[in-house]
Amino acid sequence: MLSGFLEVMRRDVRLAVRQGMDSLMAVVFFVIACVLFPLGVGPEPQTLARIASGILCVAALLAAMLSLERLFQADYEDGTLEQVALSPLPLEAVVVAKVAAHWLVTGLPLIAASPVLAILLQLDAKSYPALLAALALTTPTLSLIGAVGAALVLGARRGGVLLALLVLPLYIPELIFAVAAIDAAGFGYPVQPHLLLLAGLLVAAVVLVPWTAAAALRQALA
Amino acid sequence: MDDGNEMSEAGPVVRDRPGERWGGRWNVFNRYANPTRFMQLSAKLVPWFAGATVLLMAAGLYFALFASPPDYQQGESVRIMYVHVPAAWMAMFCYTSMAVASAIGLIWRHPVAEMTAKATAPIGACFTFLALVTGSLWGKPMWGTWWVWDARLTSVLVLFFLYLGYMALENAFDDPARGTRAAGILALVGFVNVPIIKFSVDWWNTLHQPASVVRMGGPTIDSSMLIPLLVMAGAFTCYYFWVVLVRVRGEIIASRIRGLRLRQVHG
Amino acid sequence: MFSASALACVRGERAVFAGLSFTLAPGGALVLVGANGAGKSSLLRLMAGLLKPAAGHLAWDGADIADDYEAHRRRLRYVGHADALKPALSVLENLRSWSVLWGGRGGAAERAEAALEAFGIGRLRDVPARYLSAGQRRRLALSRLLVAPAPLWLLDEPRTALDVDAIARLDREVQRHRQAGGLVVMALHGGERPRRPRRSILRTRRRRPVI
Repeated sequence: MLSGFLEVMRRDVRLAVRQGMDSLMAVVFFVIACVLFPLGVGPEPQTLARIASGILCVAALLAAMLSLERLFQADYEDGTLEQVALSPLPLEAVVVAKVAAHWLVTGLPLIAASPVLAILLQLDAKSYPALLAALALTTPTLSLIGAVGAALVLGARRGGVLLALLVLPLYIPELIFAVAAIDAAGFGYPVQPHLLLLAGLLVAAVVLVPWTAAAALRQALA
Repeated sequence: MDDGNEMSEAGPVVRDRPGERWGGRWNVFNRYANPTRFMQLSAKLVPWFAGATVLLMAAGLYFALFASPPDYQQGESVRIMYVHVPAAWMAMFCYTSMAVASAIGLIWRHPVAEMTAKATAPIGACFTFLALVTGSLWGKPMWGTWWVWDARLTSVLVLFFLYLGYMALENAFDDPARGTRAAGILALVGFVNVPIIKFSVDWWNTLHQPASVVRMGGPTIDSSMLIPLLVMAGAFTCYYFWVVLVRVRGEIIASRIRGLRLRQVHG
Repeated sequence: MFSASALACVRGERAVFAGLSFTLAPGGALVLVGANGAGKSSLLRLMAGLLKPAAGHLAWDGADIADDYEAHRRRLRYVGHADALKPALSVLENLRSWSVLWGGRGGAAERAEAALEAFGIGRLRDVPARYLSAGQRRRLALSRLLVAPAPLWLLDEPRTALDVDAIARLDREVQRHRQAGGLVVMALHGGERPRRPRRSILRTRRRRPVI
C-alpha cells in the first residue's frame, strides 16, 4: 500500500516536471499578482510595508487555488481516475498522495518565492521567519481544502470560476491567521498562537479532507 | 467450459404495493413512490402555511411599525431590526436545514430530502441578502456609513457566498442528480466550516476593531420589542415552509416531466 | 463464481435495465451485445463497483460485492473506453505505475515489460505515449490486464481501434486467462458478433424509462 501511495505521488511529480511550465504558472501568477499591488496603491514604502503581509497571503491563496483546478481534472478526463479508484489503494490515500505531489510542485515554489516578493513589498525584516512559517503551514491546508473543491467541480461546466466561488470563502480562516501571524511578528507580538491555530487547521484538514474529497470523487465517477 | 454458465434475463422483479398510484410497477424505483406521498401531504399543508404567513406578517409589521416604542438610543431606525434580526436568524436556519437535508439525501438517497436542500438554497440566500441590506440600511444612521467590517456583517457576507457557491454548483451539471449530490457534499463541508469562519472573523475583528463602534442591544430587551420580533420570526418561518413546499412540489413535477421526455426519447 | 440477481440500473432518472441475472463460473466468459444506450457500459461499471445498482445484487462466490468493495477491486481489471494514459510519460512508465499499484514494487518493471511484449508493443517501451496511434494506445491499455493476475476481467468494447494482429493477441490472452480459471465479461459494439457462439451472450435491451 505504501508503495502504491508513493507511486501515485512520484507519477504526479514526474508529470509535473515533464510539463514544467504548468506548475511554474502558479509561481508566475503569484509574482505578477504581487507586483500589481504597488502599481495599484502607489510606491510609498510605508504603505506597502503596512499591507505587504495581506498582499502576499492573498496572492499566495489565489495562486494555490488557480493551480488546483487541474488536480483531478486531467485524470478524470483520460480515465486514470477510474482506474485508480479501482486499484487496491484506497481513494482517500490517492487524494493525500495527489495533494502531497501538488504541494511539492506548487506550494514549495510559492514559499521559496515569497521572501523575494517580501523584499519588493518592503515587508518588515522581522516578519520574514513568520512569513515562511505561516506559508509553510498554510499552503498544505489550501491544497487540501482546494482538493475537495476540485473533486466537486469535476465534469461541471465552467469548472474554474466555479472552483473559486466554492473554495475562496473556505480559505478565509487561513488568510486571517496567516496575516495575523506575519503582522504580529512585525509589531513584535508573540507569533506562536497564530501559528498554532494554523497548525490546528492543517491537522483538521488532514483528517477530514481525504475522506470528503474521496466521497466527492466517488460521486463524480458514478 | 461455458456449460456452467447459466444465464437468464428474467423480467423485472415486481412486487406491487397497493396504494401506490404510480411507479408501483417498478418496485425497484420505489423512491419515486415517496414523492407521491409528499405531493398529497404538501397539497394539504401549503394553504395553512400561506395563511399563517399572511396573518403573522400583518400582525408583526403592525407591532413593529406602529405599536412598539422607538429605542431611546437608536430612535425610529430600531424598527429595521424587526426585519433584520429574523432575516439573519432565517439565514442560519436555512443553512442548517440545507445541510441536514443534504446529509439525509446523501446517506439515505432520499429524493425528497435532496429536493428540499435544493429548494432551500435560494430562500436562504434571499434571507441572507435581506439581512445584509437591512443591516446596511440600519448602519447608515447608526455608524454613519453603509458598510462596516463588523464581525457579524462579515460573517453573514461569507454565508451569502456559501449560498451562492451551493447554487452555482447545483446548476453546473447537465445531469441534475450529479449537481444535487455534489452540492450536498459542499453544503456539509460549508456547515463544518461556518463555525471556523465565524471564529476567525471574530478574531480578525478584535484585532482590527475600532473602539467607537456602537454595539447592538445586549440581552436585555423589553417585551414591547420582543413580541414583534418573535411574531416576525414566526412569520418568516412560516413563509420559509410555505415557499419550500411549493418549490419541492415544483421539483417533483419537473422530474416527472423529465421522465416523460425520456420516455419519448427512449421508448 | 460471479453472479448477478435481479440487477437494475438507473442512469440520469432513466431505467437502463432491470431484472437482469446471470451466473458466471470459473473459466467462463460473458459477451454483452446490444444497441447503443442499452446499458452495456453501465453493466460493466456496475460489475466493477463504480456504479451502485438501483436494485439487485452482484455476488462473488456468494458474497455481495457491496459488502467489501475493497476486496472486489483487488480481483478485477477493468478496461473502459478511456485509455488512462499520460502522454508525457513513456509507454513503460505508464504501465509500470499500474504494475506497482496492483502488484507491488517487486518486479513491477519486469511484469510491465512482459505485458507489453504480449500485446506486441515491447519495442515501443521508451516512446512517450503521446506518439502512439489509437490502436497502440489501446494495446497499452489492454496490457494493464497482464501486469498482475486478477480473476475477473471487465472489457468494454476492447477491440475498438485494434488491428487483426492485436485482436488475435487479445483473444489469445483471453483464452489463456480462461484456461487458468479466470472470468471475462466483454462488451462488443454494435456491428460485432462474438466469434465463438459457445460463449454466453447477454443481450441488454432497452427498458421503459421511469419517472
